[in-house]
Amino acid sequence: MSTNRHQTAAHDTTTSSVASRALPVAMAALLGVFLIFGVGFSHVSAFHNAAHDVRHSNAFPCH
Amino acid sequence: MTMELFRKLIFVAALAGLIAGVFVTVVHQFATVPVILKAEVYEKAADEAAAANTATAATTDSSAATSDSMENMPGMSHDEHEHGAAEWEPADGFERNAFTVLADLLTGIGFSLLLVSAFALRGGEMNWRKGLFWGLAGFAAFTLAPGLGLPPEVPGTQAAPLLARQIWWVFTVAAACGGLACLFLGRTALWCVAGLALLVIPHIIGAPQLDHAESAAPESIAHEFIVAVVITSLVFWAALGTLSGYFYQRFVKPA
Repeated sequence: MSTNRHQTAAHDTTTSSVASRALPVAMAALLGVFLIFGVGFSHVSAFHNAAHDVRHSNAFPCH
Repeated sequence: MTMELFRKLIFVAALAGLIAGVFVTVVHQFATVPVILKAEVYEKAADEAAAANTATAATTDSSAATSDSMENMPGMSHDEHEHGAAEWEPADGFERNAFTVLADLLTGIGFSLLLVSAFALRGGEMNWRKGLFWGLAGFAAFTLAPGLGLPPEVPGTQAAPLLARQIWWVFTVAAACGGLACLFLGRTALWCVAGLALLVIPHIIGAPQLDHAESAAPESIAHEFIVAVVITSLVFWAALGTLSGYFYQRFVKPA
């Protein structure tokens, strides 16, 4: 038990972060996807019309 | 601790995305928006001609022969394409441009969030130069890869159903991101093979296409638009990657 804990502690300095980073990184990426979807892919007509020129300029599928 | 990283990523992406967004707004105003407006003149003319033709066809059967050319354009009368009177759209001029600015800024922040997420997942050193190369990878994955199957289109171009194209676009971009990651970050030859396969597979499947697509705008405008979109995307992604790398090094991972 105690050896296990020592091993994890040692690991922490190198791979530490992978687990602790996963959640905030996933949240940030998800927010990014949400923004891009809203601007470029939403079928809501008002969103389409508002972002029309940007959708075309980014070659997002449009119309 | 976790929330601290989340806040830093948001901050860096907002900063890089806003600056790159302002930059690309200016570039779009000069390079792509004028071409869109030019194409819309043809789109509106084609729409009006089609509407006039259906109106005359309804009253007199004899006009059926003349209405051919526009009636045959299935995309033109498609429901998605009609900007109905009931649907809100920004007024031309200031309002329309204001929403273009807003959409450009949000797109910049959104793409920068994906970049800094990739940086954080990858770990290790980051600087503006490495960021630049990540940005170029973003250009390859988000512009070149889907653009090979679904080239940039001006308004008034007929295309396959929207949802099918969107699904292919998302699939192709995801495969390209995975493919480039395998190629550049994989350690063995097998990763390279997998990476190339991921880059190629969406194009073997093929993008949804119409059998015979027509465009209201002349070919020269369509071509001019493709060049404008690809070049503006290149400078946008280069700027976004460089800025994201620089601010990431500064605020998330101090050297």
